[in-house]
Amino acid sequence: MKTTASIALLALGFSSVTATAQSTGITWWHGMGGANAEVINQLSTKFNESQSECAITPVSKGTYEEALASGIAAFRSGEQPNILQVFDAGAATIINAPGAVIPAEDLIVGAGHEFNRDAFIEGVRYFYADSEGKFVGMPFNSSAPIMYINTEAFEKAGVAAPKTWEEFEAAAPALKEAGYIPMTASQLTWQFTENFFSRHNIQFATNNNGYDSVEGTEMNLTDPNLIHMFEKLAEWKDAGLFAYYGAGWADNQTPFEQGKVAMWIGSSGSFGGLQKTATMPFSATFLPYWASVEGAGTNTFIGGAALFAMSGKSDAENACTASFFQFLTSPEIQKFYHQATGYVAITEAAYELAKSEGYYEEQPVAEVGIQQLMLPSGDWSKGYRLGFYPQIRSIMEREYNRIFAGETTVQEAFETIKTEGDALLARFAQTAG
Amino acid sequence: MTAISAKPKVQAEPAKRVQFDNALLPWLFLLPQLAVIVVFFYWPSVQAVQSSFFIEDPFGFGSTFVGMANYADALASREYRRIASFTAVFTVLVTFLSLAIGLLLAVKADAVIRGASAYKTLLISVYAIAPPVAGLIGMMFFDMHIGPFVQMAAWFGWNMQVGLNYFDTAFAMVFVSVWKQIPYNFIFFLSGLQAVPVSVREAAFIDCKNGWRRFRTVTLPLLMPTAFFLLIINITYALFDTFGIIDVMVKDKPANNPITLVYKVYNDGFRGNDLGGSSAQSVILMVVVFALTIVQFRFLEKRIHYG
Repeated sequence: MKTTASIALLALGFSSVTATAQSTGITWWHGMGGANAEVINQLSTKFNESQSECAITPVSKGTYEEALASGIAAFRSGEQPNILQVFDAGAATIINAPGAVIPAEDLIVGAGHEFNRDAFIEGVRYFYADSEGKFVGMPFNSSAPIMYINTEAFEKAGVAAPKTWEEFEAAAPALKEAGYIPMTASQLTWQFTENFFSRHNIQFATNNNGYDSVEGTEMNLTDPNLIHMFEKLAEWKDAGLFAYYGAGWADNQTPFEQGKVAMWIGSSGSFGGLQKTATMPFSATFLPYWASVEGAGTNTFIGGAALFAMSGKSDAENACTASFFQFLTSPEIQKFYHQATGYVAITEAAYELAKSEGYYEEQPVAEVGIQQLMLPSGDWSKGYRLGFYPQIRSIMEREYNRIFAGETTVQEAFETIKTEGDALLARFAQTAG
Repeated sequence: MTAISAKPKVQAEPAKRVQFDNALLPWLFLLPQLAVIVVFFYWPSVQAVQSSFFIEDPFGFGSTFVGMANYADALASREYRRIASFTAVFTVLVTFLSLAIGLLLAVKADAVIRGASAYKTLLISVYAIAPPVAGLIGMMFFDMHIGPFVQMAAWFGWNMQVGLNYFDTAFAMVFVSVWKQIPYNFIFFLSGLQAVPVSVREAAFIDCKNGWRRFRTVTLPLLMPTAFFLLIINITYALFDTFGIIDVMVKDKPANNPITLVYKVYNDGFRGNDLGGSSAQSVILMVVVFALTIVQFRFLEKRIHYG
């Protein structure tokens, strides 16, 4: 009996300790695993140690999709976290839900901090913003699709890494003759569809790529340039210049790691992992584009995810969320995150800081993604906002598999994706209405 | 559930009846069980039926009543029908193969005298593997680049590409699902076989020398109650419990790979955040399973003789 009482007393003592410290607790749900989740824990510890008013608790909710689904379920029962990480394809879902989130910019300015949109690098600035450019989500882990180069293969074949698809066509046969598969790519939806539009500065969807309204938005998926790209891919596959191993990311990355492939299109964030797994020296370059398309060569959309401040929280907690966002964008923290994970630095200051310390001389590959995002932007390389987009991606994945299995033509496949995708967009407009 | 409980042919002596003084008391004892059923089964079912008539914003801000539109959309979709037919083929294959192989192994293990328990333990141990782990093992076996099974298939000139080729992925899914379910069937069939009285076996042995015929005319009919129970369990397994295996094998990007209806419900509801459409699909599934169970009990069970 005595022990029970003393334990209770002890517990009481503990709770009073936390209460007297008067720190406000906030929660952060994210969709990162493994080494990246560990970095998130380190970030949180750094924040908690940097001040005493707020204490953040990060919780891993599985994958990006699971994090979004948990966030939604929690919101519906009034148990939402303060901060939810939402990935690029899920952005429309959360931004179009009126009142689910407090725009990051409002939150930060409201808490008395300064907010400068221009501090963020070009490619990061618009994607999670509204059509007026106000930041709704706080860009967090950002990546760009870049092309990794097996340097040995290029030396053996005696050709240079291509900058354009025209150069690729010229160089690929030599790589094939040298005994390599010239190219694989890990996520065609991201690298050859969404970012085909951004890299070539072509409109992706009506209503200003979906930013202006959900009503009547349609995708430009039968664009002749896009069709041409996939016809070329299919042609290259038949000629043995491109290999396709399905929609799984790793299935297309593995042969590159094994040194069988000369070029692999992956994410700028893949670089940390590749350093451990690649069996040969490698470098990287920008995602190629067609020089024949007028105005091509613009920057790509950011991939990755952003942090959203969920509504329905107390002012004290919101103030903490705002100071955490401030903390995240400070150059020191950005640089730490960039170097620990391989995701790009999202502010110019952080990039300059890493550069001045000579980081990119040691790790030139780490700079490629940022440089690609800092390329001049066009009207159509700022971002896209399409509802039910994860499902639209699934349709694309299905049809792309069918293209490369020879079950359908490129034209037919894109017509199917457009019909089914536009139907989903119309359905999404109904949910918002 | 009546499948498991034996129906006595002859009226047994009335069992001692427990008398409750208070009429409410039995209900009180039943309450926890009922509460569990209501909270975890009826309530979600009612919610699913309800939301299947709406198109809803995922965060719950607004919903539009659309009547039967979600059902019409699902049933009219070519993709949905394709998945439904795969689900039917998959269920038949997995049920048939895992029952057949489980029965074969049980009959053989029943005949073993020396080291019987070692055999049995080896066969049963697979059952302890959780479905996602089974999927993971299967995925490694069938990995395009390093999978040993793929390398074996290559000896026979079969360029197996699980994740890319529809047929190859379907083959791998059936293979792993059957492998996972065999031990379960094995356990039940074995205990069923051991329940066949020695006297009956000996009598049959005197009457008939042909082992296959003896099995077909004496042992199999006596095993039927077990087999019927397993049939229902296996169909449910193939329809619902293979989810973990499928999820791991398609690496959460189904693309044009075969998936089952349950996986589609999950995909649309949890990944696509389309609650209305997903609810309508799960109601369709509920109706199908309900109908299937009724058919089984109405028509199949009548032919079964409970000893």
